[in-house]
Amino acid sequence: MAADQQTSRASFLKAMFAITWKDLTAEFRSRELFSAMLVFSLLVILIFNFALELDITTRQTVTAGVLWVTFAFAGTLGLNRSMAVEKDRGCLDGLLLAPVDRSAIYFGKVVSNLVFMLIVEAIVLPVYSFLYDVNLFNLGLFLVILLGSIGYIAVGTLLASMAIQARTRDVLLPILLFPVAVPVLIAAVKASEGFLAGNDFGTIYAPLSLLIGYDVIFIAVAYMVFDYVVEE
Amino acid sequence: MQSKPLTLKILDIACVLILAIATYLALIYAPEEAVMGQVQRVFYFHIGTAWTGLLGFLFAAGLGITYLVKQDLKWDIAEVAAVEISAVFFFITIVLGSIWARPIWNTWWTWDPRLTTAAITELIYVAYFMLREGIEDPDRRARFGAVYTLIGGLSAPITFLSIRLFRTIHPVVIGSGDPNAQGTFAMTPHMEVAFFFGLFAFTVIFIDLFWNRIRMGQLAAKVEQMKLNLMH
Repeated sequence: MAADQQTSRASFLKAMFAITWKDLTAEFRSRELFSAMLVFSLLVILIFNFALELDITTRQTVTAGVLWVTFAFAGTLGLNRSMAVEKDRGCLDGLLLAPVDRSAIYFGKVVSNLVFMLIVEAIVLPVYSFLYDVNLFNLGLFLVILLGSIGYIAVGTLLASMAIQARTRDVLLPILLFPVAVPVLIAAVKASEGFLAGNDFGTIYAPLSLLIGYDVIFIAVAYMVFDYVVEE
Repeated sequence: MQSKPLTLKILDIACVLILAIATYLALIYAPEEAVMGQVQRVFYFHIGTAWTGLLGFLFAAGLGITYLVKQDLKWDIAEVAAVEISAVFFFITIVLGSIWARPIWNTWWTWDPRLTTAAITELIYVAYFMLREGIEDPDRRARFGAVYTLIGGLSAPITFLSIRLFRTIHPVVIGSGDPNAQGTFAMTPHMEVAFFFGLFAFTVIFIDLFWNRIRMGQLAAKVEQMKLNLMH
């Protein structure tokens, strides 16, 4: 029995990483998605510069907000694309025919989307630091970015797999995703602000625990309902 | 086609009477609030629609889960009914609140956390209808609708929780509010009568509309079926 469980867990992980690996390999060959996300986020940051007149005093207060808006926009771009590719070329049907647990497909997609988002973030942060002369090298901030991205991608991947099956597909994802991802963005902005301002941990504790709670709840829900979303 | 059940007819009439009584209680019976004056009377309906609206969203999430488990379209019809009525009630809440805020806060709208979350919650359910709109297949539409109400029903309370991270100027009449709230007051016994009757009235109206809307949903499904039969 125990051995049985172990093999099924091993095959689950294997299926999951196979999907992640497929996405990453395809991406490293074409670099379509990645370059689009990256250029887009840099443009968003530059537009914010004009829109908000990011002078030295404003920068202190809006950095967290600007960063998260940028990540959220770039994230939707990536999510849309990563699911649309599967749908367009009929790959999704192939994946669904594979004799693996469907939630393995979901988690595989989540991991690859998360990797894309984290890579983009890892490039945007130093660029933002450099352009606006703000020190963003802060372990607390990295933790918040990781937790926030996990929550955002967990919900986003689920909603993207619904959105691509609708008539209005690309337009629909941000409309579906933004209102339900608001808690992540609020908590992430609050926690990032706290870490950047060097506040003591007591004040950051609340948004941080909210982020963790959101991640856990929505990963669990997405795991439970993903089957219904891809069912034919 | 079955005619309208007698109980429903009676309930319809009862609703009109109850609404009339609630209006009387709110506009005439309850004493004028000393500081805010007549505009405070908006409160009795504001809370009534807000509570039934929010509970209706949670109720819809419950119906969504039931649909996913039972896979019977009648639960989907009930879910749409609940979301639709709740969305209208919640919109009324926002409009009434805005009418109250004009003299009290001296603005129609302010980006107070409570107002912002109310707007976000309403947008979740606008997105819900846009999602449904984009999908032709009734079973898939029902599945996606159920998944989205579930996610919305989870996300909205978390959003409300996350705004606790901010200060709010929105008054909390029941329980203790933020000391920064502007427009708080203590209820007199007469006001309490009007308040609780308002709550009761909107609950009954919700049930009545819910029932009528389910009937309408069933008839719409029947019409759709007939159209399909004609085409084949």
